Amino acid sequence: MSSLRVRLFATLIAATGALWLIAAAWIYVGARQEVEHVLDTRLQEAARMVASLVASGDLPAQSKPDAGTPVIPGLGGYERQLSCQIWSLDDRLVARSSGAPDEKLSDSGAGFSERVVNGEPWRVYAVEDGAKGIRVLVGDRLGLREKLVGDLIKGLLWPAALILPLLGLVIWASVGRSLEPLSRIARELGRRDAEDMKPVDAGAAPSEIRPLTAALNGLFDKVERARRHEREVTAFAAHELRTPLAGLKTQAQIAVAAKDPAIRDRALGQILSAVGRTSRLVSQLLALARLDAEAPETAGSSIALEEAVLEALELSRAAGAAEVTISDGVRRACVRAPREPLLMLLRNLQENALEHTPPDGRAAWRLSADGAALELHDEGPGAPEAELPRLTQRFFRGSAKVATGEGAGLGLAIAAAAAERCGATLSFGNREDRSGFVARIAFAPGAITLASPAAG
Amino acid sequence: MRVLVVEDDPVLLDGLKVGLGLAGATCDVVSTCGDAEAALATGDFDAVVLDRMLPDGSGLDVLKRVRASGNRTPILLLTALDETSDRIAGLDAGADDYIGKPFDLEELAARIRAIARRGQGRAAGALEWRDLTLDPATMSAARGGEALALSRREFAVLAALIERRGAIASRAEIEDRLYGWQEEIESNAVEVHVHHLRAKLGRDAIETVRGLGYRMGGPR
Repeated sequence: MSSLRVRLFATLIAATGALWLIAAAWIYVGARQEVEHVLDTRLQEAARMVASLVASGDLPAQSKPDAGTPVIPGLGGYERQLSCQIWSLDDRLVARSSGAPDEKLSDSGAGFSERVVNGEPWRVYAVEDGAKGIRVLVGDRLGLREKLVGDLIKGLLWPAALILPLLGLVIWASVGRSLEPLSRIARELGRRDAEDMKPVDAGAAPSEIRPLTAALNGLFDKVERARRHEREVTAFAAHELRTPLAGLKTQAQIAVAAKDPAIRDRALGQILSAVGRTSRLVSQLLALARLDAEAPETAGSSIALEEAVLEALELSRAAGAAEVTISDGVRRACVRAPREPLLMLLRNLQENALEHTPPDGRAAWRLSADGAALELHDEGPGAPEAELPRLTQRFFRGSAKVATGEGAGLGLAIAAAAAERCGATLSFGNREDRSGFVARIAFAPGAITLASPAAG
Repeated sequence: MRVLVVEDDPVLLDGLKVGLGLAGATCDVVSTCGDAEAALATGDFDAVVLDRMLPDGSGLDVLKRVRASGNRTPILLLTALDETSDRIAGLDAGADDYIGKPFDLEELAARIRAIARRGQGRAAGALEWRDLTLDPATMSAARGGEALALSRREFAVLAALIERRGAIASRAEIEDRLYGWQEEIESNAVEVHVHHLRAKLGRDAIETVRGLGYRMGGPR
């Protein structure tokens, strides 16, 4: 059942009905016992009363045997329920109450007994009076008892049958009312367009729905933040792409308009350099888009670090002429990571180091002291402490890059995104022994494994 | 016409400097907000081309601070953000004009001439003095309907003097119009250009005010 309303309604009606039935059964059992007890007591009392009346001699105990059985005038108002017979001990019917059957109600001795008389079950109490030679039998029909209890239960069930539909209406309406906030939220959300990320108004919602609205609003907030971030990146990308395009167009117009061959040649040179920089920018943007689109956790294989570093170095060699060294620790180490992101990470860090290190300087790959992180130390100027946290922001250019106008501020952003795909965290610092920049890739515990020196 | 260009992309910056130079403007170029504000505080420019996204901040903030300091130099915003809301924000922050990247160099030059002209309180594109007409858009001069051959620098000196409408322009101010910061100023260049102009226009065309500078001769 998918409708909450129907489900709640059915449950409540079933529960109410069951409750009523159980109550009726309980009352039936209880009432039956009580009725039996009371009526038995009444039988006893009536029998003793008749016996004592007979004993006091008011009744013609020895009356004419064949003049027909005298009829005892009605015993109170119970003549329809209670029947009384007085038998002599030699089995003659001495007297009976009106409505009592002629047949002997009981053959057993004193006390309670049950038997079928004229096809009806009777319950009988017998008192024997040895001195007078009589036996008093007082009985009632069991059917009457059942009817009494049955009437009681009917009295209980009839109103229930009448009230239950009424109750159903009330339950149906009140469940509907209780679910109204949900429908209100659903209507509100249904009316929205894709741009509307305003939080859902939880004001009037009952506390049960608050977790839902809170979760919804949390989700809206997350989506909105992601979209804002995307918009910012798109705006930056637009700026970063349109600016070189504007430069290209301007230079091309100069080349077309210039009459002086020197000016034209210079403009063409500028166009060439701008095309080179723009294509690098485009490939960086594509790399970032690819990293963004990839699943966050890609299963990796075990890769020899030295091989990966050498491959990255080959790809980034154009960035600078500085010497690159690889420590013994790195040569012996393997890392478990997805291959493409790892290469992208190493390559972008390597490019960054080569761009900043003077041609006669040195960039060194080594393992951290605990062997869990790969580090790249360069001999460039390092970065101002204030800029360190912002280095991985997209399109953020450090002050050194701003001065030269080089780079788009994407290299380290790509490295950070690639590190995330490798399950590693990227951090930066400045060298303490000399000027220089340190990039540190902390892999997940156990990702780096070391071969024994003998094997390496 | 002296223009300050604030742009961080080296290729575009070079293109603007050379391209606007070809269109008759003398360009000073800077790449950061800080340099732009320093240049505007000290230099006298006919117009400013200001990139909106700069490495050390937003061109919009530079614009607001410059306007707050009372500087009325015409400013054209150059931007890659070309949504309407961005244009409105730029114009409301005090920009005189707005152009999106990539743009047409000639259109940019025309827009710069237009805001510079309005900054000088002129509406017409051409500069006139007696029967002489200068057209800054084509850098051509005509006298009584006949074309007059002027070099780029001669044109700039003449335009600077006519823009002043009889007020005195000092030698330094004229040099500012002729040379950007990066250019070497020849020591007697202004005198040489004035000499050539007098030869073409007549001796009374440009008056020398001793110790102060030059001005155009009064109407005949």
